[in-house]
Amino acid sequence: MNEQKKLSIISFSGDFDKLTAVFTLATGAAAVGYEVNLFFTFWGLDAIKIEQGRSPVGKGFLPRIFGLLMGGLKSSPVSRLNFSGVSPHIFRYMMRKNNVATLEELVEAAKELGINFYACEMAMHILGLEKKDFIPEVKDIIGVTSFLKIADGGQTLFI
Amino acid sequence: MAKYQQIDLTKEHCPMTFVKTKIALSKLQKGEVLIVLVTEGEALENIPSSATEQGYEVISVTKTEKNGVHQIEIRK
Repeated sequence: MNEQKKLSIISFSGDFDKLTAVFTLATGAAAVGYEVNLFFTFWGLDAIKIEQGRSPVGKGFLPRIFGLLMGGLKSSPVSRLNFSGVSPHIFRYMMRKNNVATLEELVEAAKELGINFYACEMAMHILGLEKKDFIPEVKDIIGVTSFLKIADGGQTLFI
Repeated sequence: MAKYQQIDLTKEHCPMTFVKTKIALSKLQKGEVLIVLVTEGEALENIPSSATEQGYEVISVTKTEKNGVHQIEIRK
């Protein structure tokens, strides 16, 4: 067999639609034999929080306010026409109606496919987040240089 | 025929067509066969080639009696 192909994605946005793109690409690539690495930074960290709704997660007053306002995977807004949070519910309905995997299903598939989840140390520090705030599938807390080593030799995307 | 499992992906879309095939294959023992039902399009075009690339044996790709539905047989 040929050397394993590799896809690494920097998941920066916490938006519902952009996270859907991240997990669609990631699961599709893993399913056809790619090694897949997801590096969550800034708002992207919301996707891997244990608390999926709005919750004051984080150490310190400001991080807790951010945590409460942003929430986790289930409270992620759509990047356009969010309509105060109504649109993600409409999207989920349309996805189910058309037999397209929802964001939550894609995340579960990513876990089952053994995709590597990494969290950005610097963004965690700013947002007052700790490893215990994230789902257990998060393999490691890393910085830029570690990510570059992991991504070396493959394709890298920023979403 | 060796022990086999069948999955119907005719109502699924990308990427779940590939994801469900991969997960089903990972659960089989070596030598067992997976039968995948797909419609025409990306899944039919790419599931056989990606299975071959990952070291599985594609035994056959055949058209079924149901309109537009194809059957892919893959041995682990």
